[in-house]
Amino acid sequence: MPQPYRIASVRQDLADTFSLEMVPVSEERPGFAPGQFNMIYVFGIGEIPISISGTNSDCAGYLHTVRAVGAVSRAIARLSPGDQVGIRGPFGSGWPIDRSEGADIVFVAGGLGLAPLRPAIIAVLAQRIRYGRVVILSGSRSPADILFRQELEQWRQRLDLDIQVTVDHADRTWHGHVGVVPALLARADFDPSETVAFVCGPEIMMRFAARNLLDMGVSAEGIYISMERNMKCAMGHCGHCQFGPDFICLNGPVLRYDRISSRLFLREI
Amino acid sequence: MKAIQEILVEHPFFAGFAPEHGQLIAGCARNYRFDAGSFVLKESKPADSFFLIRHGRVTIEVSAPGTEPIIIQTLGPGDIVGASWLVPPYLWMYDALAVELVRAIGIDAKCLRDKCEIDHDLGYDMMKRFVPILAERLQATRLQLLDVYGKQ
Repeated sequence: MPQPYRIASVRQDLADTFSLEMVPVSEERPGFAPGQFNMIYVFGIGEIPISISGTNSDCAGYLHTVRAVGAVSRAIARLSPGDQVGIRGPFGSGWPIDRSEGADIVFVAGGLGLAPLRPAIIAVLAQRIRYGRVVILSGSRSPADILFRQELEQWRQRLDLDIQVTVDHADRTWHGHVGVVPALLARADFDPSETVAFVCGPEIMMRFAARNLLDMGVSAEGIYISMERNMKCAMGHCGHCQFGPDFICLNGPVLRYDRISSRLFLREI
Repeated sequence: MKAIQEILVEHPFFAGFAPEHGQLIAGCARNYRFDAGSFVLKESKPADSFFLIRHGRVTIEVSAPGTEPIIIQTLGPGDIVGASWLVPPYLWMYDALAVELVRAIGIDAKCLRDKCEIDHDLGYDMMKRFVPILAERLQATRLQLLDVYGKQ
């Protein structure tokens, strides 16, 4: 059953993207792992899966970053502090941060894909000493579409991090890099043989990025991607999110590339 | 000051190049410097040379009337600027602007094409090096065309 959550704050990140802090009305918020998602129910409209974009210590509730593209997400984007939603979750698998200690970590984010990666990035940076080189590569459509821009600029000030941002196209007011995010991999400083890569974004972009990582020598077992499919029950019963032998809601959304690579190119699923 | 052949073989594009080929290419090469804001090449002009960037960044741009130029790619140290020298009628398809001081090695296109016609091993090695770059840029362009970050 969805638990009632109250909207504590709303921040507009981009023209069509909002981050909402949702705090439980009565019970304590369950803990969650970076990469997991909640089913958010807007009363009278519907329910959709949204990745958690905050950390366990960000706030007393959940932080969700939502892009207004459909009926439910547009309704979420119109919510104000004090409004209520229903939340089921958290569900799914998270980024294997603890298991990646000692490795070089490469985060590859495309567009809104930075939101599910954000809690993992913060977790790694909070325990920076446990990891090798850390690289963040983030791509967006244009400079106006760069998500969490202030945070990216703050992270860039760190001396123990390689962070590169690119956009697909820009005008001359943009003095940064222009090009696709997978192409940034060639410029990044990491040891492919010791790297774990976390990739999140549009599926096409993830396929290209994974291919580039493999070409550079990162093992398929060291690449994790966050998959999306239509989800309804989020508990592995309804089958809407079935992806071959896996349910994205149960076995994912974070999946190891070697387990799913052969299915990524199957149009039927 | 290093000889141009020495600088050439240190550039990633020529990694592993046969020394005798390096000598041939050096005969077509010279150092270039482009100040920030100057064009490395201009659309529709003859593709007389291509450039190996040693320092600085170059943007590949398309301009159209009534609008600011659109940047479609940024290239930096280790990258190659210019592939139209390979394809008749050897005219540049885009503008390339130095957004900061750029130091590059320019290779005379006709000189190199003539040498490749005479020495096919040199020609084949050049093709083997250029084709992956072209393939990667085609792939990147297709990804940009797909507008994957647009609303689905």
